[in-house]
Amino acid sequence: MKVETIAERVSEAWPHHPLIALGYLLGCLAGSALFLSVLGLVLIYAERKIAAHFQCRLGPMRVGWHGTLQTIADTLKLVLKEDIVPSQTDRFLHLIAPFLCLLGTVLAFMVLPMAPWLQISDLNIGVLYITAISGLGVLGILLGGWSSNNKWSLLGAMRAGAQIISYEISATLALLVVVLFSGSLQLSEIVQSQASGWWIWRAHGVGLVAFVIFLIASTAEINRTPFDIPEGESELTAGFHTEYSGIRFAFFFLSEFISLFVVAGLTATLFFGGWMPFHIGAWATFNQIMDFIPPLFWFFSKTALIVFVIMWFRWTFPRLRVDQLMKLEWKFLLPLGFANLFVASVVILENWYFFPK
Amino acid sequence: METQTLLEKLTALEPTVMPREKSDCPAITISPELLLGFMKKLKAEPSLAFNILCTHTAIDWIAENRFELIYQLYSLEHAHSLRVSTSVPRDNPLLSSMSSIWRIAQWQEREVYDLFGVLYHGHPDLRRLFLEDDWKGFPLRKDYQDDFMLEKPEWA
Amino acid sequence: MGLGISTLEKRIHLSKETGSPLSTQEYFVNMGPQHPSTHGVLRLVLKLDGETVKEVIPVLGYIHRGIEKIAEHQTYRQSVHLGDRLDYLSAFTYNWAFSMAVEKAAGIELNDRIQTIRTLFAELQRIQSHLLWWGVFGMDLGAFTPFLYGFRDREMLTDIFEETAGARLTMNYIQPGGLMYDLHPNFVKKVKNFLKYFKPKLKEYDALLSGNIILQQRLRKVGILPAEQALSLGATGPVLRASGVSYDLRKQEPYGVYPQLKFEVPIGKTGDCWDRYWIRLEEIRESLHLVEQLIDHIPEGKFMLMKPAVKIKIPEGSYYTRLETARGVLGVFIVSDGKEVPYRMHFRTPNFNNLWSVTAMAPGGRLADLVAILSSLDIVVPDIDR
Repeated sequence: MKVETIAERVSEAWPHHPLIALGYLLGCLAGSALFLSVLGLVLIYAERKIAAHFQCRLGPMRVGWHGTLQTIADTLKLVLKEDIVPSQTDRFLHLIAPFLCLLGTVLAFMVLPMAPWLQISDLNIGVLYITAISGLGVLGILLGGWSSNNKWSLLGAMRAGAQIISYEISATLALLVVVLFSGSLQLSEIVQSQASGWWIWRAHGVGLVAFVIFLIASTAEINRTPFDIPEGESELTAGFHTEYSGIRFAFFFLSEFISLFVVAGLTATLFFGGWMPFHIGAWATFNQIMDFIPPLFWFFSKTALIVFVIMWFRWTFPRLRVDQLMKLEWKFLLPLGFANLFVASVVILENWYFFPK
Repeated sequence: METQTLLEKLTALEPTVMPREKSDCPAITISPELLLGFMKKLKAEPSLAFNILCTHTAIDWIAENRFELIYQLYSLEHAHSLRVSTSVPRDNPLLSSMSSIWRIAQWQEREVYDLFGVLYHGHPDLRRLFLEDDWKGFPLRKDYQDDFMLEKPEWA
Repeated sequence: MGLGISTLEKRIHLSKETGSPLSTQEYFVNMGPQHPSTHGVLRLVLKLDGETVKEVIPVLGYIHRGIEKIAEHQTYRQSVHLGDRLDYLSAFTYNWAFSMAVEKAAGIELNDRIQTIRTLFAELQRIQSHLLWWGVFGMDLGAFTPFLYGFRDREMLTDIFEETAGARLTMNYIQPGGLMYDLHPNFVKKVKNFLKYFKPKLKEYDALLSGNIILQQRLRKVGILPAEQALSLGATGPVLRASGVSYDLRKQEPYGVYPQLKFEVPIGKTGDCWDRYWIRLEEIRESLHLVEQLIDHIPEGKFMLMKPAVKIKIPEGSYYTRLETARGVLGVFIVSDGKEVPYRMHFRTPNFNNLWSVTAMAPGGRLADLVAILSSLDIVVPDIDR
């Protein structure tokens, strides 16, 4: 399937039809803004409904059919709320912190391959870019906690900083396994390389271990339970975003859900083939049948499944204490990740995986 | 241990204790100066072994111009109770702190100080417990008055 | 020894570090009266060094209502309801403690029906209180689902209470001389339904929360309270039993119909949060067993042996009666001078005496441990402040 990203389209059209190129660009910007807002709304609604059904209750039921318009009502309320900035804070940092969080996740979203014709930009260092850009999110959290002039927020921010930079390492090690298998950092290449099978099952146990490590590390990256100690609701009330209200609090919230989507999308891309249908090597008929289902559907259903699993974690497990969290990463996940990488390199050199190139 | 035996042992320990009538468990009275030494012996003596201080409170006998301090003790090993009471004058309520013997006494004494105004020698941190630090007066005294109080109902 | 009266400001002073530039500075944080996990209006001033708790200074009085002073102006029958407002999760037990104190002092005899019903309600109340504790405990540790499950099952019990006693939380049902109303006709059937429904649920809850490795790591070896310290700090109830001391008033000084019932009292080994946790779950099981023994054998008889309008008078003297609530030993101390109104009434509340164990358990642990410790002490703040 031919892959053409929007960036490519823009650059192709620019020399001869600059207006069309501009049209593409603006359409892309508007489209992604719309998509991300709708995505945020849908994910928040999904979280509330899933949480409710896990807890033997119904969730939002009144606003709209079964509560579907609830998030719109909540967003409207947040937008209309007064924006309170405490007087003793570092005002500039306090104002830009939510935007930095949101920036980090939206920029990461730009390289996700959602369909052969729907990818905004396909950098040839895609995986490296995503790992680097998630660092902006940490900056947002740290600035938010520091500038609030609140010891509790500072505690939350410090915990978040330590947690995120530690778990980035494990996540990267798990990513590297897939990069080794596909032989490229470019996300579209990684998807193409799974044309004969998804890495999660094609690489024997190595892919599975890498998937588990990546899932755990990513849940920690986005500060969700069982790793939500930075915003530990029962201890720090709201952690680093205690002093935020109104739309800027909504930005923190939104950035958490968009990063949930990005992380799930990334997991789907790396381990489940992204928009690639379920193919098994050289079984041509089976592959043809699978190809009838459109790739966009494949991508979104895989992502939705992983989002559901991450939400499931939140409503089942208690919270890890911060030193237990660190111990998990540095003493358990990191050595495991290294060992996995080593075994992966052996598997690749010896071509021991299914349908080698 | 039987009440009679207990009272005999206590009198042997400290001759000036006096058994009290009109209480539902063995009760004695002692003078405030001898209180600390007596209590130490009560805890240390193996056949008495009063290792739990159940509660410590005060009663304001305004007609007799004294505060009566009550210590309710219990022994886990021998399963007997004892009520020790001592009296201090209302205008100079001074007593030794039991917090070196039972640690919970530290806060029970703070409560009595807060509500009655009884002062304790040797207390590590004597300050009010429930009311603000700058509150005037001691509420549970019978002659306490402040701006918020209502009329006493006719049956009281 | 000086008798200087201290203030809170003097108590909290920052130690100025004069060491090397790399040394850390301790700081004070306020876990204020409004906080998701202090279970009420309890203020804790914490001295922290990074994440490690160095000192815990509880500041009380945010819900001090002067209950002991109020009791000096009301007759005995009018003061029964004051106990409801102390530990609102054990309202029946507090009513019973007060009524028992008055009955013992005034020499009122009761019949078997009253005693059986009182014991039944006390045990059902214990189950209800522990269920709420379990839910809130999970929520404090980050597992939000047990909160909903605990409350859902608690609703069944609250409905049973409401039918018979007329209220869900502050029942004011057990009075000196008997009970306020007779049992509702549906009572026995509903309690039996609850028993049948709840027993498998307890196994489910064990699977959900107790077996979880994250929970075990958060609770084991956290907040260890040695037995000697627990006794000296005046702890009672599950807190003391977790430290290995076998002290349950239902066995040691039985009241009600407890002498005729068979039940076990779980005792812990190390005194950490995990012991306090599973002891309470075991207590729920034992209470279910007790209710089963009683529910089919409620004797017939009158439910109130005194006219409600009679003003009770207690002979002169001092009286101290004790009873075991879900949280510990509750003592009612009455000093009477022969009138209708007590001269002095003092409540020895379990939560007041349990709270101070925090000052011994929390230092050295982390902030998250403090939350777990506070939760495992099962504190109800109005009981502390009275």
